[in-house]
Amino acid sequence: MTLILFFEQLLNGIQFGTMLFLMSAGLTLIFGVMGLINLAHGSFYMIGAFSAALIAALTESFWLALLASLAGAAIAGVLIEIIIIRRLYRRDHLDQVLATFALILLLSEGVRWCFGAFPLHLNIPNVLNGTVSIFDNIIYSKYRLFIIFMGFLIALGLYILITKTRLGIRIRAGQNDRQIISALGVDISKLYTIVFAIGASLAGLAGAMIGAIQSVEVGMGEPILILAFVVIVIGGIGSIKGALVGSILVGVTDTIGRIFLPELLKVFMETSNATSVGSSIGSMLIYILMALILIIKPSGLFGKS
Amino acid sequence: MIIEKFFNKWIMFFLILIPTCGVIFDEPYFITLATKVVILGIAGIGLNLALGYCGLISLGHAAFFGIGGYITGILSFHALNDEVLFSWPVVVSGSSEMLIIWPIAILVSALFSFIIGLLSLRTSGVYFIMITLAFAQMLYFFSISWPNYGGEDGLSIYIRNSFPMLNTMDPLSFYIISLFWLLFSIFISLKLINSPFGMSFQAIKQNEERVKSVGIETFKVKLLVFVISGTITGLAGSLYTDLNRFVSPTVLDWHTSGEIMVFVILGGMARLYGPLVGAAFFIALEQTLGSYTENWQFWLGLILILVILYARSGILGLFDKKLKHEK
Repeated sequence: MTLILFFEQLLNGIQFGTMLFLMSAGLTLIFGVMGLINLAHGSFYMIGAFSAALIAALTESFWLALLASLAGAAIAGVLIEIIIIRRLYRRDHLDQVLATFALILLLSEGVRWCFGAFPLHLNIPNVLNGTVSIFDNIIYSKYRLFIIFMGFLIALGLYILITKTRLGIRIRAGQNDRQIISALGVDISKLYTIVFAIGASLAGLAGAMIGAIQSVEVGMGEPILILAFVVIVIGGIGSIKGALVGSILVGVTDTIGRIFLPELLKVFMETSNATSVGSSIGSMLIYILMALILIIKPSGLFGKS
Repeated sequence: MIIEKFFNKWIMFFLILIPTCGVIFDEPYFITLATKVVILGIAGIGLNLALGYCGLISLGHAAFFGIGGYITGILSFHALNDEVLFSWPVVVSGSSEMLIIWPIAILVSALFSFIIGLLSLRTSGVYFIMITLAFAQMLYFFSISWPNYGGEDGLSIYIRNSFPMLNTMDPLSFYIISLFWLLFSIFISLKLINSPFGMSFQAIKQNEERVKSVGIETFKVKLLVFVISGTITGLAGSLYTDLNRFVSPTVLDWHTSGEIMVFVILGGMARLYGPLVGAAFFIALEQTLGSYTENWQFWLGLILILVILYARSGILGLFDKKLKHEK
């Protein structure tokens, strides 16, 4: 029983981790290439989910909705990059933090204006409804398994994009030295827009996929944005590999901790106390993990010191 | 600088004028709003020391604001219910005396800023921003999941804590108490900025390497600034709980950190009265726009973006330039 529960929660943790990866990969890429700290990244998560919910309501197709989340977030990303973000690359981090914080207010209220304050729903397609049994005795949701699969597929896609394609070479060059690559004739502002759009669309996709399990509402991107920051701090800023490892680590620690810490504490104290103390500490566990990694390696697991 | 001082006199004038008007026209709501501005101004003045003068971009000052707030809430909650706070190693009971609550709130905020600062200051730049944010968020989630003090619903304390000789439930009396702390925190900031220690933390903002090279241990300097800054913000949190007679996880939410930062930036960074002006502007905006539309934060966002892109020195900076130009 406990072992089965453990595996189930482990899978839940990995599922959560892969979605965190979609968020943090974009965030870390944008920071690595443009040196921009983007608090509004969670808004693209929200925009993706809302675009998906809108298209799903119109066409009743989940797959079109997923495409819409990519497209919606990418379009929003391109527009916002050209109108506002572009002016922030040369500014210091404080200006970037404030401007992107202001963007959150703008985008959240904008979406509330268009869609109202009530949460929307996005349905899981029939193919992915129900459960599937793994190794005979672990019964697990098909849809969550699909999320894990998509997460790793995108991780692989990003790896190929960055290591094998021409665009990837430019992105890596941009990370190393932006003056030189613009001197070599690469249109740097176009490259920045593309990178920003990639990051935004990944966040949008994550928003749509999670939106189908939870609900699609204003402000849904903020908790996950902050977790993505924790991931980046743990993994090292600018490193996609770090983002992947960090995401899985944070996803699993958070999920397992919340479930098993109260159980573990029941060994030492009364049941009611164990539940409240356990759940409180469980919610802090990833931050404690972050603090520990920070003490050992201030630049993150894969960061350049 | 002289022009800014001229403005500061006007600000002091308004700080007295607005509550006086409130009393004359019998509008206690005015006084309450002015109190809110003063308290949020204190929080901003706290952050301004770290952010404006030392260049430490903390996106986690909600942590200290919330800790000050929760300490106040918890102490008076225990006093109201006549329960002991904890009984080991010594019996400690709650209190509803501001004179007892303030030192405790100050000490605990200082302790937390010390711990968070000690860990966060190991890093710099973007890491520092993200880590301060993450620590504040940690406390936020803790406050939600800890059921003893209301969890997500928050904690009501019904009656403001008491102060000898004053009826704190009277808006004007409480305003005077808050105003005292505002003046005190401005005084402290002024003394600090002009001290040798102040010179060193302002120099760190400009070039940390050079400060190091003259033999100053910059880590210790930054840590001390961070602790003082967090403590002042914590004190503001304590007053804020008394103002609302309520404290909830919202005070620890990262939007609060963002808003405190907005006060500093709107008013003008590294200006003594900047955060106060910023807070006043923010509250005025909330009151006026909020009465027209529920989506007032949309317009706040727009204004903020415009300020950041085109008026980086804030409101005071804007006037400063204008006046200089006229002369």
